[in-house]
Amino acid sequence: MESVFGRYRNLIALLVVLFLQVLALAVQVKRNVENEPTRLIRVWTVNAVTPLEKGILGLQHGVAGLWHNYFYLRGVRQENRDLKAEIERMRVEQVRLYEDAQQARRLQSLLGFKEQYIAKTVAAQVVGSSGSEQSRSITIDKGSDAGIAPGMAVITGEGIVGKVLRVYDRTTSQVLLIDDQTSGVGAILESSRLQGVLRGTPAGEVVLEKVMADEVVQPGEKVVTSGGDRIFPKGFNVGTVSKVSPGSDLFLNIRVKPAVNLSKLEEVLVVTEVQQKEPAVEQSGPVRAVDILAQRLPSVPEKPPETTTPPTGGSKPGEPGSKPNANPSDAQKQPPAVKPNAVAAGPVAKPSVSLLKSSDQAESKPVVKPASEQSAKQAAAGSATSKTKTETKPDTAKPDTAKPEDKPTEDRPQ
Amino acid sequence: MSVSYTSQEQVEVYRFSAPVAVLVPLVALAFQAFVPRWLPFFTIFDLPLLLVIFFSVARRSQVTGMLTGAFIGLLQDSLTIHPIGLNGIAKTVVGYGASSLGVKIDVENAGSRFLVVLFFYVVHEGVYFAVARLLVGLPLQWSWRHEMGSALANALLAVALFAVLDRFKQRT
Repeated sequence: MESVFGRYRNLIALLVVLFLQVLALAVQVKRNVENEPTRLIRVWTVNAVTPLEKGILGLQHGVAGLWHNYFYLRGVRQENRDLKAEIERMRVEQVRLYEDAQQARRLQSLLGFKEQYIAKTVAAQVVGSSGSEQSRSITIDKGSDAGIAPGMAVITGEGIVGKVLRVYDRTTSQVLLIDDQTSGVGAILESSRLQGVLRGTPAGEVVLEKVMADEVVQPGEKVVTSGGDRIFPKGFNVGTVSKVSPGSDLFLNIRVKPAVNLSKLEEVLVVTEVQQKEPAVEQSGPVRAVDILAQRLPSVPEKPPETTTPPTGGSKPGEPGSKPNANPSDAQKQPPAVKPNAVAAGPVAKPSVSLLKSSDQAESKPVVKPASEQSAKQAAAGSATSKTKTETKPDTAKPDTAKPEDKPTEDRPQ
Repeated sequence: MSVSYTSQEQVEVYRFSAPVAVLVPLVALAFQAFVPRWLPFFTIFDLPLLLVIFFSVARRSQVTGMLTGAFIGLLQDSLTIHPIGLNGIAKTVVGYGASSLGVKIDVENAGSRFLVVLFFYVVHEGVYFAVARLLVGLPLQWSWRHEMGSALANALLAVALFAVLDRFKQRT
């Protein structure tokens, strides 16, 4: 017996070491590692490796900053001029978008919609990666000190990046990228409104799964987050469809080109606080869809003041400007004449609720353009349509008190 | 006595100083984590695996090779998102196998090093995928084309890297 152990000592040692590691793996899988604190070995390894990375990164930034800020200033004047022109262009666009946003908020408030607002983000620098094809993740230089916690969304200005997987210590965290095979992001095709799940492939590509093969998806279509994963707020840019082919199990194989270059990330934003609240409408009283639509309708010519008022105080039903079953007290509250579209004289906005026919046509029907809340807006538009048909009383049309110069709140929906 | 192509007396057995044994794997891990930020294709290389093969073959001790593989593999696992042990198990097997091979044949020249790394890279990936899919249930996919391409790239890198690391060898 002893000779057997002596003869196969190395082999037995190998089996023991392998068994211990398999056992440790089984324990981790059983415990669901994502819900438990980060293991010490991970913290030690990251602490051993990241100082070197941070040092190299600091040196690189120092040299690059010195070069770009003090020596290489060629073309700065031209760039400055271009940027100024860009700012002017964006200011004009901002006014237009502000009008659209205000209108969308009013419609959402009608439905009691709750939006997700990004209330707070933390900028972080990428200091490393897992360096493995089977595990696509990055390490950032912000940790628990900055309020980072597992499950937080990580984004850039261009689109989504991933989610925080682990917080190692006060200054280091690990982020799972959207092109990892174990990643899953709820996504939606912007124009066709088809929903799917975004996953990574072994080759590092990103695909949109669970879209039925009988649907029509065109390359170039934009993909945004659906909000269904409860990590990324709805409407964030994900990327564009680069290739569509028939897949297995009756689903399409949709390849997506991420909006963010995931292999060359330098700075990212961690969404540390998301608020869910109803959109704030900058109006004093309750606003109905008909009020908003009335602003788009042709103006009612102002009537000359009537000299003789019937003692009943109301006109016949069906007459322009009349209100069926109106009582005198209501009539007193009503303004004598209303120009519903008088306030539409501001900057011409691209309406998210537009009219199929031109505004001077009597029969107007609202149609909702695809946006992030298409279904909701359809409902809103639907209700607005019915109200337009049944309640065409001009006295309900209130002027839009939202002014473009009013500054929007910081936590506008993203 | 085991049959071997090269007797124990003929093959050189090397050792490494403690700083080299600890710092070189750490620097390799740091490189592996840092370089892909600028060179995304660098992820096809597995520097820690190359070190495991190099140390195991040079030391020619199965237990030492196995422990080297386990140590470096577990450290590498610490940087990934997956459970700790996937690389640990795969590199333990490679460390044992490489040191066993180092005992039997001389793998000091560039050609044999190329072939050894080519072979053990595929073994490593095979063990890794088997454990990841069968034990952990990770949805990984195997691609022969991709693995063979990576194996070739790693084997080429190994020839150059081993030549540099030879400077740290100390005769016993």
